[in-house]
Amino acid sequence: MAQIIIKNVRKEFGDFTAVKESSFTIEDGEFFMLLGPSGCGKTTTLRMIAGLELPTSGEIYLDGEEISQKPPSQRDIAFVFQMFALYPHMNVYKNLSYPLVSQGMARRDVKAKVEDVANILGIQNILKKPVGGLSGGDRQRVALGRAIVRDPKAFMMDEPLGALDAEFREHMAEELRALHDRMGATTVYVTHDQLEAMQMGDKIVVMNNAVVEQFGTPQEIYDKPATMFVADFIGSPSMNFLPFHGSVAEGAQTVDLQGQSIAVPRQMQGASGKLVFGVRPEHVTLSDTGAYRGEVLATEYLGTTQIITLDTPNGALKARAPAGQVATVGEKIGLGFKGEAVTLFDENSGRALRSELNEGIVTHG
Amino acid sequence: MSSFSVTEPSTRSKWFAGSLVILYALITMVPLAWIMLTGFKSPADAISYPPKVIFDPTLEGYVNLFTTRTRQTDEFLAANPPETWYEEIVRQYDMVIAGPSKFSERFLNSVIIGFGSTFLSVFLGTLAAYAFSRFKIPLADDLLFFILSTRMMPPIAVAIPIFLMYRQLGLSDTHLGMILLYTAVNISLAVWLLKSFIDGIPTEYEEAALIDGYTRFQAFYKVVLPQAATGIASTAIFCLIFAWNEYAFAVLLTSGTAQTAPPFIPTIIGVGGLDWPAVAAGATIFLLPVMIFTVALRKHLLRGITFGAVRK
Repeated sequence: MAQIIIKNVRKEFGDFTAVKESSFTIEDGEFFMLLGPSGCGKTTTLRMIAGLELPTSGEIYLDGEEISQKPPSQRDIAFVFQMFALYPHMNVYKNLSYPLVSQGMARRDVKAKVEDVANILGIQNILKKPVGGLSGGDRQRVALGRAIVRDPKAFMMDEPLGALDAEFREHMAEELRALHDRMGATTVYVTHDQLEAMQMGDKIVVMNNAVVEQFGTPQEIYDKPATMFVADFIGSPSMNFLPFHGSVAEGAQTVDLQGQSIAVPRQMQGASGKLVFGVRPEHVTLSDTGAYRGEVLATEYLGTTQIITLDTPNGALKARAPAGQVATVGEKIGLGFKGEAVTLFDENSGRALRSELNEGIVTHG
Repeated sequence: MSSFSVTEPSTRSKWFAGSLVILYALITMVPLAWIMLTGFKSPADAISYPPKVIFDPTLEGYVNLFTTRTRQTDEFLAANPPETWYEEIVRQYDMVIAGPSKFSERFLNSVIIGFGSTFLSVFLGTLAAYAFSRFKIPLADDLLFFILSTRMMPPIAVAIPIFLMYRQLGLSDTHLGMILLYTAVNISLAVWLLKSFIDGIPTEYEEAALIDGYTRFQAFYKVVLPQAATGIASTAIFCLIFAWNEYAFAVLLTSGTAQTAPPFIPTIIGVGGLDWPAVAAGATIFLLPVMIFTVALRKHLLRGITFGAVRK
């Protein structure tokens, strides 16, 4: 069990930079998510921690020891591959025992250990089977078993649920989280699915275009996005962006949107020019009294809530409203915003302006 | 099945396809059958016209293949009655067996050179193919093209330079020389075939082994090699067939100690008249190893030929 520190790590493949100077810390026992769209460098980062790629520059500390240029066999890290990568010419037992055999463990101990792991994962009855005929879930369990069998310092998981069908994924996600809680091992988990990241992670790093966009708990990432990319990537539907031209002064508690003064968290930073008013759909309320108005374009019924798409003077906006609320297409409705949950962004840099809301989270600017 | 199916051929077309395959098999097998039968005919039956399909089988051809014989006087023959069944066969022509022929020696040469060069081609080819498949090699594409280009003209086109070179190096008529030569010809095929096989093995298997605490080389032979077994087997068959059947270089570069069976078999014709049964017997025995090898590995061979056509 270990803490992992990533310090200024950079990876280039020829002219292509896969990861630009990234730094973050994974605490001992954390379930840590690397989240981002495909090609953002999250898998490369994971592979660098595991030793399957060597960083071009920067340091990686595992339990205080610098390991960035060591071969994977000397790192004591386990890896669960997206396609599981079970050795196809071996049966389940041999797959599970393979990491132990490489350590020169005695036969009897190997047997005991494998059976132990098989019990934890509930796969005792398939130990003699070849891996070729296994179901997706069992393959997944064997892959996990091969990872946990030698008690490594940390687990790396590269979209381990990506190959499962939607229904089973849910179940496996729970199983995985329960397994983690039971073993308390540091786990780094790569995914492009923001729901999966929010649901399972203790902490999340959001990456985009080889850069770490934000690093924090799921709540921080969701409520206090540091960049427009994060705000857009997390949440479904994602955060509304209402671009406007104007200025905010340091200490301001309102912004001017189409002549309407709208409450925002107290700003710690002044800015002017092209700005963006960011608000999550659930922080938009529909009220006839609101001075800022929008026209209903569409409604999507979701059971307990509905998503109402509106056309406002600053562009399209989605609001999450109780399912019972009546909204007719074409109707003009007044809108209200939950002021303390609003984030303002500088459109050019895409970064959030510092405010009372995101104090301590957003440090740049 | 009466219902119409798009993917399943109809019974009639299956019959038609089946008959075509059987017909083709018969046509290609006639010469083989002819050779095998001729091996058991007497010299008279072998050249009779119209050809005899039903005849008294005899092992004369095989006896003649493996022995050298001399003609003897009647007194000698009367004084020394035949002791063995093969001696008796030879006596019909007033001959006695003088000693073993060179055939078994030549056949052994074929085995040494054929299997030796096959092993070497596949061994080197696997290592090279793995490197080309897995590592970033500068100018990899050009190197692969260069390797393939060695096959762009018939090998025999360079026979004269090789002949001169081998004479200088003392490789003429040696096992080593022939093994090196056949390996050089086969290796491009081996590299290309095996590279496509190894390309088809996901790198995750090796990475998993690396993570599990194995070195790169252990990962290669414990994880990649078993996966590539099919490719290695089919490549080995192709290499063996070439090295086994090669005639032109064998005629040119071997004459004695390292002579293989292909150039030797025709020389039987010259010993004591046109002994077709002996030639046919030699050809039959010569065919057997490749046939056995191919049949033993035929599962792999079929998968090897269609490899890449269907992705799992």
